[in-house]
Amino acid sequence: MLVFLARRIAGALAALLAASILIFAAVELLPGSPASAVLGRDATPAAVKVLTHRMQLDRPASARYLDWLKRFVHGDLGDSAVALAQGEQHAPIWHLISGPLKNSAILAAISALLMIPLSLGLGALAAVRAGKPTDHAISIGSLVAISLPEFVTGSLLVAIFFVGLHWLPPVAIVPPGADPLGSPKQLILPVTTLLFASLASGIRMVRAGTYEVLQTEFVQTARLNGLAERRVILRYALRNALAPSVQVLAQNLQYLVGGVIVVEAVFAYPGIGSQLVLAVQNRDVTVVQSVAMLIAVVYVTINLVADLTVMLLVPKLREPV
Amino acid sequence: MRWRFRFLRTPSGAVGVGIVTFVLLVAVFGPYAAPHSTTAPIGAPLAGPSGSALLGTDFLGRDVLSRMLDGGRSVIGLALAATALAYLVGLAIGLVAGYSRSLVDPLLMRSVDVMLAFPPLLFLLVLIAGAGSSVVVLIVGVAVIQAPGISRIVRTATLEVSVRGYVEAAVARGERPFAVIRREVLPNILAPVLVDAGLRFTFSILIIASVNFLGLGLQPPSSDWARMIGENREFISLNSLAVIAPAAMIAILTIGVNLTGDAIARSLGRSYVPRLTRSSAT
Repeated sequence: MLVFLARRIAGALAALLAASILIFAAVELLPGSPASAVLGRDATPAAVKVLTHRMQLDRPASARYLDWLKRFVHGDLGDSAVALAQGEQHAPIWHLISGPLKNSAILAAISALLMIPLSLGLGALAAVRAGKPTDHAISIGSLVAISLPEFVTGSLLVAIFFVGLHWLPPVAIVPPGADPLGSPKQLILPVTTLLFASLASGIRMVRAGTYEVLQTEFVQTARLNGLAERRVILRYALRNALAPSVQVLAQNLQYLVGGVIVVEAVFAYPGIGSQLVLAVQNRDVTVVQSVAMLIAVVYVTINLVADLTVMLLVPKLREPV
Repeated sequence: MRWRFRFLRTPSGAVGVGIVTFVLLVAVFGPYAAPHSTTAPIGAPLAGPSGSALLGTDFLGRDVLSRMLDGGRSVIGLALAATALAYLVGLAIGLVAGYSRSLVDPLLMRSVDVMLAFPPLLFLLVLIAGAGSSVVVLIVGVAVIQAPGISRIVRTATLEVSVRGYVEAAVARGERPFAVIRREVLPNILAPVLVDAGLRFTFSILIIASVNFLGLGLQPPSSDWARMIGENREFISLNSLAVIAPAAMIAILTIGVNLTGDAIARSLGRSYVPRLTRSSAT
């Protein structure tokens, strides 16, 4: 178990290291200097020179990469390149993103809390009713939901619930420093949009897992022993579908980390995704790098924790393959 | 080869193929049927439907119907190009890795692991921040995201096939590796690859459209459906058709492709799980 743990953590760290190189290289080594990209087309050579110096772009890329990585590990995300270009002395990225980060976490957490019971319940229902109309309805419904890009789902929901019915606001604007939970009504559409895609894949996986367990001999034996179907499902089927469900949860949490980027843009919600899109628009390369790396860390951590949880739940997997 | 068309007899297969054909026809012939210019205003902005503009006008006063008829090409074209490029690279690497069982193997596994370290959209956004946005960046970026996963699927399928009798017989006959791969391996891994290609294509549509919606992909005056949604989104209460029409087109396209893919997968006895999840990416 300890060997497995060590190997798994080493693997995650290696993937993150490779990701950091990729992120740094993508932004820094592509044609054109980041300084002129930040300043835009009308930049004077003098301004580019000053910013090149301030961003320390005159140092070799490898040295800057190591420096960036070292500071990131210590929790220092660096300064915003655009703010430096505008002449500010200090513009810590952390100040820029700590508020949005909290807002995004709240949005993702609400979606996750609703997603788990819904995907477990609907997935198990579809498995129990396999081949019947309920199963087909859930299966087709989830295929449709999963097919739609988030911005299409979101826009169509706004068209129905705002333009058509006047029930819900079309945007979820939260003033800086305010609590998004203070006006829960405007969170309904963003959360629903996030649920659409994530629920669908969750339901499909839970259905497959539960269906498999229902075919096993021990479930058949339990049925032949005269146990009530309810009891069979709750005690045997669902319990054994627990491990796949943890993976469903992890996968959907990972999905939420990426999904919020577009959904926040659709609803003008001030989260980390909106911040990232803004930074890409302004070509604020340092913000893009640090936010991307931060998201990668969250992403890999979710994956790691999920794998370890599954390992704890299913002792068989602990043996070396 | 009966399996090729058996899926058409299932309801979801027939509906799916019908929908995809319709959207393809709109994308290919739509531009010729557009009643107005797609770039010049024809009246007041955000006007409702009228006799001359059946779907009203957009935020700059351009005809929504004409732009909608014109905007399908980029949605389908970009996704096709990205998927094709990803397959060109992924197929080559996967075949070599699976057939030769060489040093490429561990390298391939690690590259997939790295791609799984962040959300695919994030990778594309980082690339755009660095290289600026252009058609080339969109296509190459999406291809880079997908190629590792494709090569892994191809590799697994090749491994399975390459120990079969007919492959060994071809090797024993003294045929060259390239000929063996082309004549014996490739035709026999086609089925799993076909199902995977459907998934990759919808994924390409999804991610490229998302970037275009965010305004970080194709630039104005492009009439790409996703761009149309992004541009007119904040004026949805004035002329909602400017958003609903392109959104409906993207919706039926992706639903149609997935229905078709699901039907093909079922007829082959395989499962079809859309979206790049951990399972389908690896």
